[in-house]
Amino acid sequence: MNIVSLVLLAGLRDLSRNRWIVAYALCFLGIAEGLFWFGGTGPQVLLSLLNLVLLVLPLVALVFGTIHVYASREFVELLLAQPVPRRQLFAGLYLGLALPLAGAFVVGAGVPFVVHAHDGATLGGVAALLAAGVGLSLAFAAIATWIALRTDDRLKGVGIALGVWLASTVIYDGLVLGATAAFGDYPLERPLLALMLANPVDVARVLVLTQLDVSALMGYTGALFQHTFGTALGTGVAGATLVVWCVVPLALAGRRFLRRDF
Amino acid sequence: MTLPVALGPMLLSLMVVAPKPAADLTVGPGGHFATITAALAAAQPGDRVLVRAGTYREATLVVRTPRVTVQGEGWPVLDGQGAREVLVIAADDVTVRGLVATNTGVSNLEDRAGIRAKDVRNCVIEHNRLRDNLWGIYLQRSADCVVRDNDIEAHGERQTTSGNGIHLWYSPGARIERNHIRGHRDGIYFEFSQHGVTRDNVSERSQRYGLHFMFSDSCSYVHNTFRENTSGVAVMYSRGVVISGNRFERSWGSAAYGLLLKDISGGEISSNTFDRNSTGLFVEGSSRLEVRGNTFTQNGWAAKVLADADENRFTGNRFSGNAFDVTTNSRSANSTFDGNWWDAYAGYDLNKDGVGDTAFHPVRLFALVVEQHPAALLLLRSPLVAVLDAAERVLPVLTPETLVDHHPLMRPPR
Amino acid sequence: MITLDTIRKRFGVLDVLQDVSLALRPGAVTALVGPNGSGKTTLIKIVLGLTRADHGTLHVDGRVADEAGAYRKAIGYMPQAAHFPSNLRVGDVLDLVRRLRPGEATDDDLGRAFAMDEISDKFVGTLSGGTRQKVNAVIAFLFRPAVLILDEPTAGLDPLAAKVLKDKIRAVRHEGRSVLVTSHILAELESLADDVAFLCDGRMRFAGPVADLLRRTGERSLEDAIAGLMRSERASHRSASTVSAAIQMPPWRAPEPEGAA
Repeated sequence: MNIVSLVLLAGLRDLSRNRWIVAYALCFLGIAEGLFWFGGTGPQVLLSLLNLVLLVLPLVALVFGTIHVYASREFVELLLAQPVPRRQLFAGLYLGLALPLAGAFVVGAGVPFVVHAHDGATLGGVAALLAAGVGLSLAFAAIATWIALRTDDRLKGVGIALGVWLASTVIYDGLVLGATAAFGDYPLERPLLALMLANPVDVARVLVLTQLDVSALMGYTGALFQHTFGTALGTGVAGATLVVWCVVPLALAGRRFLRRDF
Repeated sequence: MTLPVALGPMLLSLMVVAPKPAADLTVGPGGHFATITAALAAAQPGDRVLVRAGTYREATLVVRTPRVTVQGEGWPVLDGQGAREVLVIAADDVTVRGLVATNTGVSNLEDRAGIRAKDVRNCVIEHNRLRDNLWGIYLQRSADCVVRDNDIEAHGERQTTSGNGIHLWYSPGARIERNHIRGHRDGIYFEFSQHGVTRDNVSERSQRYGLHFMFSDSCSYVHNTFRENTSGVAVMYSRGVVISGNRFERSWGSAAYGLLLKDISGGEISSNTFDRNSTGLFVEGSSRLEVRGNTFTQNGWAAKVLADADENRFTGNRFSGNAFDVTTNSRSANSTFDGNWWDAYAGYDLNKDGVGDTAFHPVRLFALVVEQHPAALLLLRSPLVAVLDAAERVLPVLTPETLVDHHPLMRPPR
Repeated sequence: MITLDTIRKRFGVLDVLQDVSLALRPGAVTALVGPNGSGKTTLIKIVLGLTRADHGTLHVDGRVADEAGAYRKAIGYMPQAAHFPSNLRVGDVLDLVRRLRPGEATDDDLGRAFAMDEISDKFVGTLSGGTRQKVNAVIAFLFRPAVLILDEPTAGLDPLAAKVLKDKIRAVRHEGRSVLVTSHILAELESLADDVAFLCDGRMRFAGPVADLLRRTGERSLEDAIAGLMRSERASHRSASTVSAAIQMPPWRAPEPEGAA
């Protein structure tokens, strides 16, 4: 077995028994199951979970991720002292954090839909929700790793993580809304679309909405949106952008890991 | 009175109205007539023209004899050959059934119909199939006709080269029942036709409206299904309309409405289901409507009630899974919402009477923002929007203060 | 076995290491001592490749230490504090380290002496500090590297375990391997150390056999000798103009290891 999978496996083993990760999965499971239980239909549960995915998932990935990287500091140093290249260690350590996070979400949010498969949620919608959640988990785990590798002060690091969370979930959209109102007289389609793609939380939201009927609503506000949200192209672009949002912070974190002094 | 005295005049009158017993005139292989035209020419009032299976390519058929029944056996095909109207009813009390009327072709000069009733009374058009006609069934100044159990389909590509499935013009008292209409411009169209009853029809994939009616007072629409019509259903400039138990489904588009009401006064919109439309119910310039017991699910906007609509009452409706429950274009609203069920309501019911103890404001701040800046729709379902709406609910400063449900239900009605 | 030549390291404005040179002899235990913040930890991290030197060279087993880190096959490391992922079993941790270094000769003596078999099913998070330190030691001695670097190895160990570990260190020295040890307990080092390296304010103030240090300082024990050095360091700090006689010594250099010639 190579070094990446060895370290990844250790991470998986550790975090799959971590009570916070387990609680996180159970939380999604409980809420999704509860929504079905209280008479929600598939599409309604999907939309309710979307809110949770957009708000809670980045928070958990950022804060848990940052704390986890700090907590593994000594273990990482022990591993670094072994005759293995840093690059492979980093890959293993990152995946050992990101995959349990993503896995907990998939299990928690996915199982209820399997159980209630007859409740009318489209396969595309569920798949988009799970893909968006996995993408956000991977992206924000990478961002958290980057924050923790850049900032030695743990309190400061967690503070930055919380700031990133607030900025990407609420503040950013607030600025977009403000800009929309302020520049309402100008053609806004293209800049707005670019702004949406520049924030992973918005990308994830758009990705899920393209799979739901309501996406058509956004299409009515302009020909470009219609083109984007009315076709498979929108789903494709959103999915690809989410991948970029995983790769870029990961590359930055990786570069930091390769260069920094422990 | 003795019996013979009464029977005498009755027998006499029968002799006058029906000098000979009704006959069956058979058309087609092994029949009396080779063409329907010939049989119609020979038909006496009360006769039946039985058309056997086969394809008939004749000049436009005109039924000029009253009380004649034209009946197909084994679905005979009446082919307009892309050049003309197929069948015209030009006498009272005529029944047409069991025919396949097809291929009128497209014309810019005349409104060609598969079956037309023109200036008659009491016609019955039932169990026919209409295929690829410019207009399907056309009632023109014909009163008290029945159109039922017909299957009407067209594949017109553009609105301008396509007519309506069932078209009524100055035809009061019509009964339109159990028809299935697909792919016409408007599925069912009423203009200047009062006191009509339209029930149990399915109208879908219309290029424009599943149902379109104007200037037709006192009509009722019951238990119909309107589905995937490009612009939904439009009801305009009429009084005393009853729309009940219908399903309005999946009309998506920038100008698509489950049900659009424009300048309607005094009517009842009850027990309908509005499911997955970009706008479920659109109310403009209408007044004194009773909107009750309807279900609004998964629409973009469940109900758009413009400020020029007044004295409309929304009671006992259920709203769930809509992007926006209610929106309007002004802070002053003249319609009332009372005793509805809202899935977004998060209040409590301490005295357990089934009615929430705090009022519900169904108009979200974001809905008003979108009304002014449509591009903001891109932020649909953003956590920010949830935050804004929550803030607005605690401290309403922008949403209409009069548009409040003071008695929101704790459980969905029914 | 390990040769450091004029290593320099700055963190921001702070000169952590200034031209530090040191050589570890095979078959000898070198005690790395110095006050807190003197640069001991940084020096160890540079040897391990955790931290990169700004200047200077590091030879391990005659080879220049490279980025890929293969040279670390020659090193066994016992960090000061052992923190393993708390939801891993002891067996998982040992297994992970073993698999990360496939093909290396292993050494199960310490594992047996510390009875790892009995606790291999326990989760690391449930272990006492002392037991965790045992696991930490076992990992360092899991293979047969040419050099062992032990950072406060006996901290937290009970006297019996500490003795087992010290015996192991002596056995390793006997096999001709080099050991670098730091400890706060100078008395403990005295019983182990052949050489001593005294680091202060990022400079190597003395490096050479313990006997040399005792002779030069005229003290009888390592503890007294080091304490004397630290005192004179402090005195020189207080009066910067006074040049301390005690530290005016050229750095001691070990003969080049035979293998490297």
